Amino acid sequence: MKTGIVVFPGTNRERDMAQAFRVVSGKTPQMLWHQQDNVDGLDLIVLPGGFSFGDYLRSGAMAAHSPIMKAVRQFAEKGGYILGVCNGFQILTESQLLPGALLRNAGQRFLSQDCHLKVEGRDSIFTSGWKHGDVFRAPMAHGDGNYTAAPDVLDRLEGEGRVAFRYCTAEGHVKDSDEHVNMNGSARSIAGVLSENRRVCGLMPHPENLTEEILGGTDGLPLFTGIMEALG
Amino acid sequence: MTAAPVDIELARSFGLKDDEYETVLNIMGRTPSLTELGIFSVMWSEHCSYKSSRLHLKTLPTKAPWVIHGPGENAGVIDIGEGLAAVFKMESHNHPSFIEPYQGAATGVGGILRDVFTMGARPIANLNALRFGDPSHKDTKRVVDGVVRGIGGYGNCMGVPTVGGEVNFHSSYNCNPLVNAMTVGLARQDRIFLSAAAGVGNPVVYVGSKTGRDGIHGATMSSAEFDSESSSKRPTVQVGDPFTEKLLLEACLELMATDAVISIQDMGAAGLTSSAVEMASKGGVGIDLDLDHVPQREANMQAYEMMLSESQERMLMVLRPDRTEAARKIFEKWELDFAIVGKLTDSGRITVRHNGKVEADIPLGPLADEAPIYDRPTMKYERQPALVPPADPCGVEKGLLRLLSSANGASRAWIWNQYDSGVGGQTVQRPGGADAAIVRVEGTDRGLAMTTDCTPRYGQADPYIGGAQAVLEVWRNLTATGAKPLAMTDNLNFASPENPRIMTQFVEAVKGIGDAGRALDFPVVSGNVSLYNETRGDDGSVTAIQPAPVIGGVGVLEDVQKAVGLAMPQDGELLLVGETKGELGQSMWLKEILGREEGAPPAVDFAAERQNGDFVREQIQKGAVEACHDVADGGLIVALAEMAMAGNVGCSLEKGPDALPEHVFWFAEDQARYVLATKQADAVVKAAQAAGVPVRRLGRAGGNALKLGDMAVPVQHLRKQHASFFPRFMGKQEDDAPVVHLDELP
Repeated sequence: MKTGIVVFPGTNRERDMAQAFRVVSGKTPQMLWHQQDNVDGLDLIVLPGGFSFGDYLRSGAMAAHSPIMKAVRQFAEKGGYILGVCNGFQILTESQLLPGALLRNAGQRFLSQDCHLKVEGRDSIFTSGWKHGDVFRAPMAHGDGNYTAAPDVLDRLEGEGRVAFRYCTAEGHVKDSDEHVNMNGSARSIAGVLSENRRVCGLMPHPENLTEEILGGTDGLPLFTGIMEALG
Repeated sequence: MTAAPVDIELARSFGLKDDEYETVLNIMGRTPSLTELGIFSVMWSEHCSYKSSRLHLKTLPTKAPWVIHGPGENAGVIDIGEGLAAVFKMESHNHPSFIEPYQGAATGVGGILRDVFTMGARPIANLNALRFGDPSHKDTKRVVDGVVRGIGGYGNCMGVPTVGGEVNFHSSYNCNPLVNAMTVGLARQDRIFLSAAAGVGNPVVYVGSKTGRDGIHGATMSSAEFDSESSSKRPTVQVGDPFTEKLLLEACLELMATDAVISIQDMGAAGLTSSAVEMASKGGVGIDLDLDHVPQREANMQAYEMMLSESQERMLMVLRPDRTEAARKIFEKWELDFAIVGKLTDSGRITVRHNGKVEADIPLGPLADEAPIYDRPTMKYERQPALVPPADPCGVEKGLLRLLSSANGASRAWIWNQYDSGVGGQTVQRPGGADAAIVRVEGTDRGLAMTTDCTPRYGQADPYIGGAQAVLEVWRNLTATGAKPLAMTDNLNFASPENPRIMTQFVEAVKGIGDAGRALDFPVVSGNVSLYNETRGDDGSVTAIQPAPVIGGVGVLEDVQKAVGLAMPQDGELLLVGETKGELGQSMWLKEILGREEGAPPAVDFAAERQNGDFVREQIQKGAVEACHDVADGGLIVALAEMAMAGNVGCSLEKGPDALPEHVFWFAEDQARYVLATKQADAVVKAAQAAGVPVRRLGRAGGNALKLGDMAVPVQHLRKQHASFFPRFMGKQEDDAPVVHLDELP
């Protein structure tokens, strides 16, 4: 499996992401500078977290217009696998590779704490490392993580099993209106979604930061083992 | 701007004393130009020249076999093994943080980050030490909100985890909060970059953001007391751009991986002036600057403005001439300005040209050598007599709950939940998990432990103890994780040194820091002094801050797997290491329960500190310890409650010794103490006795309540109380955690 991690000016979790892949595969993904317009030969493209272009316009909005995103769109059209985490998720929605948008957190403050996620997505390499309904812990670190979309879009995402992850309690209860559970106020507690072909996935929390016991746990590992098993 | 005549009046308004201006006239042999006067005034400001503190700072211990660079560089550098170095420093941004809290705090973080990556280190952690006014003061909420957002806003965007810090509230900081920011970076020992310029003819290169009019005379502002006019100084607060700094960081590190850089210095306080002067002075060369080439954000800037601007995210470098174009390409890739603004000369002078005209021409030798230095008068400090322990009005349970829900005892989670503490992927202990934050050293099995601390109320009562105790607590916090403490950075926040009482506080605190550092082989490798932290009211009265000699410390764990946190384990015995004589003077209990700030602070005993600490570290390294927490604010019962809350596990405690009243034993703040949770209690007790270390069995971990005699407080209740203060204070009500009011006490 060949993985490329896109680095925009202001990206800052590319090393965390590379480390997580290294833990699982022993191989270090290659870094892709945002100015390049060629992503040939890759099996998976990852858009990691950070503050691309400072998030000064709107999170992910500038990055969506970087030269590399044209190549990423073509890669997606050809059925390529793409994972976007945090700022990467924001870039995917800004690029319309995923539906919806990420607004300022409901509490208007940056959120850096652990949340629990329920695995709901089906038939996707991004959720195949877990069983349907599993609950895992992941750190959040974002100011704009409040997922929103039109009601019919949300209905469709749910109907097609394209809600990949939902915020929940440690016991797996989803509570949309509880600010201690659905901390950023996301519509229907959605933390991550899948594209129609289930090959593009975006999520706000950071499974890549929980992949070793010494770093606080391995709750995030199944994301990477699932991808590895599928793509070799 | 209109050119004001340069005279003694203008010099005074620039903050120069009359005799200092006299020296300027002697050095120059003529009336200086406006730009020259500006350069002298900022270089000789307290902030840049350390004129009141230098004599005393020289007495601090700064050497150890593992110290690579001590004070004098942008940051301290220590050997952490495997050819790697930790590079760290702490710096204050106090005055700007009251005027404009968000930008003041943000640029404080930005400045200290630059100090560290200027030396070739990748920043791997940020910490801070914050002091705010009384929660009931009208400005406190505004300042807390802005400062926390500013620290988070800058650090989060930079991708440097904010892993630790400490916060206190006291009315002496009502109009003069303290914002001290610390950065720890990681570098290869053979790739450390210094600021001394070398090579006559070599190009002087400016990189980073453009220069604007922001922050002009910031260094002078931070060298003067506050008054009601201060808020009109908002334009002297710089504006931060963490995105540009992130680009600057990556570009600098990319350039530093080549052999292009001869020397490099960030533009911090006093901007282009101090960076150019410092690089040239340290290298014993002259420097010619042509301001026409300085990237400018605004039109028609004067030489004076460009030399004094404190625009952020800028660096000055001396490059190998044959590498200049390669360097330019790197900065173009990162879309940053890159401009050759001058060259090194053999003139021994700084010469500044603008529009073809010489705007400044100053001999560097006298600018540095004849800088004022003051041995300011001190006095005998009236210390508080020892406290006669007062009776307990409310019992241990109420007292504990009151402390946990007080501003100074409450959980800081509301703050640290706004800081990204995990970015970088190496954070082993996040805030609240251990006495010190722990970050793994990427690519190794090692870990760095780091923390900040200070107890100003102790220092107010006895400045020597205030200085020494801050060092001891930092050393203890590092030790409690199992780390070997290596070195410290100090950030000395005091009021006006021109007041003999304040100067005495400063001198005594430095003595305390020095003695503690020597006793523990814990040298000072970098630091910062912030004076004039006082406010003049409209009626002329002056409020001085409680002295805050803040210490930041770094320790190393050869095997990071051996580190322990403070969370109460499900099972195990609890031991107290260290002696309890019953020190309630200046304690948190005394202040919160009886509203008294009285008595002598707890005594410091360097030998006991070292003996107990070395013992605890050894037991942790042996694997005999499940969890460890030092005993500090609020005493033993608060330490145990903190462990219980962190682990969500209770404990059953035995009664204290008969010799002490119950409340004295549980709330006293005697130093050199640790709580250990262990499954090998017999062996640990035996080892302690053999080593002559005082040890006492406290009880057992387990269950879901903190139990002591008739008292049984559910851990959930403790947690709720502990978490209640900040949301309530900052305007969001937690559902069902009522305040424990003093008037409810019997």
